[in-house]
Amino acid sequence: MFGVCLAYPATTIGAVLCLIVVAGALLAPWLAPFDPNDQHIIDRLVPPGGDYLLGTDAYGRDVLSRILWGARISLAIAVSSITVAIVIGGTIGMVSGYVGGQIDLIIMQTMDVLLSFPSLILGLIVVALLGPDLINLVAAIALTAIAPFARIARAPVLSLKERAFIEAGRALGFSHLRILFVHILPNILSEVLVMGSLWMATAVRTEASLSFIGLGVKPPTATWGGMMREGFENILDAPWLSIWPGIAILLLVLGLNMVGDGLRDATDPRLRGET
Amino acid sequence: MADPVLSVEHLRTEFRIGGAWHPAVDDVSFVLAPGETLALVGESGCGKSVTALSVMGLVPSPQGRIAGGRIVLEGRALVGLPEPALERLRGARMAMIFQEPMTSLNPVMTIGAQVAEAMMVHQGLSRRQAEAKALAVLDEVKIPSPARRFHEYPHQFSGGMRQRVMIAMALACEPAVLLADEPTTALDVTIQAQVLGLLADLKQRHGMAVLFITHNLGVVAQIADRVAVMYAGQIVEEGPVTAIFSRPAHPYTRALFAAIPRMDRDAQDLAAIAGRVPSLDAMPTGCRFASRCPQAQVGCERPQVLAPLDEAHVARCHVATAVRGNWHQAD
Repeated sequence: MFGVCLAYPATTIGAVLCLIVVAGALLAPWLAPFDPNDQHIIDRLVPPGGDYLLGTDAYGRDVLSRILWGARISLAIAVSSITVAIVIGGTIGMVSGYVGGQIDLIIMQTMDVLLSFPSLILGLIVVALLGPDLINLVAAIALTAIAPFARIARAPVLSLKERAFIEAGRALGFSHLRILFVHILPNILSEVLVMGSLWMATAVRTEASLSFIGLGVKPPTATWGGMMREGFENILDAPWLSIWPGIAILLLVLGLNMVGDGLRDATDPRLRGET
Repeated sequence: MADPVLSVEHLRTEFRIGGAWHPAVDDVSFVLAPGETLALVGESGCGKSVTALSVMGLVPSPQGRIAGGRIVLEGRALVGLPEPALERLRGARMAMIFQEPMTSLNPVMTIGAQVAEAMMVHQGLSRRQAEAKALAVLDEVKIPSPARRFHEYPHQFSGGMRQRVMIAMALACEPAVLLADEPTTALDVTIQAQVLGLLADLKQRHGMAVLFITHNLGVVAQIADRVAVMYAGQIVEEGPVTAIFSRPAHPYTRALFAAIPRMDRDAQDLAAIAGRVPSLDAMPTGCRFASRCPQAQVGCERPQVLAPLDEAHVARCHVATAVRGNWHQAD
């Protein structure tokens, strides 16, 4: 599948963008020229260039260092919230599709109710209720993604459970639990993971949006959304304060989407020419 | 006859159609002795597969149910047994192979893992032990170079090879009874002959009983010891394979044989059975074949029972059984 991805330049560019962000996040302690929270009082609002490659903010903090450290928060929240959503939503969808009947109907209508909220609004409600911190943010974003993953996992289960190998498995004495998690799960995993990469982009955006309106991780922790908001106060004097984190968000979201699209094309049998 | 390994008595399996339950299998009884092959013959929809699924406890619920009768496997009554107990028996004491070898294997698991899985579940073997045994079983069903093919996926196997893998999976735990639901229907004739030969060979080696479901009378002649002919959910005739082939008594059985094209004659019309099978929700109370039967007469409107023609040969037809096996002499 890796070779297939590389045959598509868009996917390759997306993968490179993602890798750059991941590398930046992982290597932040070594790459960042300054401590992200160190305030250089005499160097406030320094424009990009010179000692501060991307300039400094109103407290004299190095923007490049903050972006590198902020990548950790963005990625950590995106990965953990989507993982939680895949595990919970995927399980709900699989069980719902496999059991079928009234139970399926009730579960899926509940999911439809969840789906009817735009993810930002739903995240907003949860964070506003629970209070802004890292765990609550992960919970809020995960909640917005549970319903889509339930739907994504359920659809293939509906057709898979009618396949002969499921009945053959039952005839060999396998329990429903075993059928579901040993035999069906590997068959839907690629679809779910592909949607996971696409939804990571959404999670990054939601996190940035919540941070932007002040419901994200509390300052002074560097987050991209938070940096944009802080920069907004000086948007006319020091536009770079909002532009750099904005570009960072843009590149990560773009990269994740490009990888997700590429993976989806690679795993979609209709596009692959197989039946 | 030795104690039967499987006996089915007055089995009635129903399906719900439009709010009412209708029997797809009605009053089906048979016994299967160790090492014996009973062929269950009949056209599509006559209840052959439902009979096998009933034995396995795999009748789809909630739209289907076993409404009556007894199924006894090695002295244990299966009807009403809780699901976990049935799961322990399936694959271990009774196994089933299906018609579609192309879709009966999990596309994302290796062949070896699939054959090994049942042994890990039922015999508590470790993965390593189970895989060692799986390799031996694959060798037994004559998969060429099994060690190399062990880690391949189903799409790398041909239909015949997949059916061999299915047989290997079914036989892995050495079941007492094998239910084979048209296992060769999807295969071409030469592969079919190989698989039938393999099944006969394995049956002999392991001494298991086989319920062989088919609509192919040629296959029946090749593999069966006894034959039960099903029509519209009932067994209409049952007997040793030689008796059924030489002296078919029930008009339906006779019509089936008449419908086989003959190679030894010049141009001939194919003999078809006029009319169609009555639908589940419009089953007549009398003989279910009467509306299509050339011998239909007074008395056919009464419910028919299986009556003996001669020893071990029974038919559900008052006309055939009234003359007590003299039918073929008058013919």
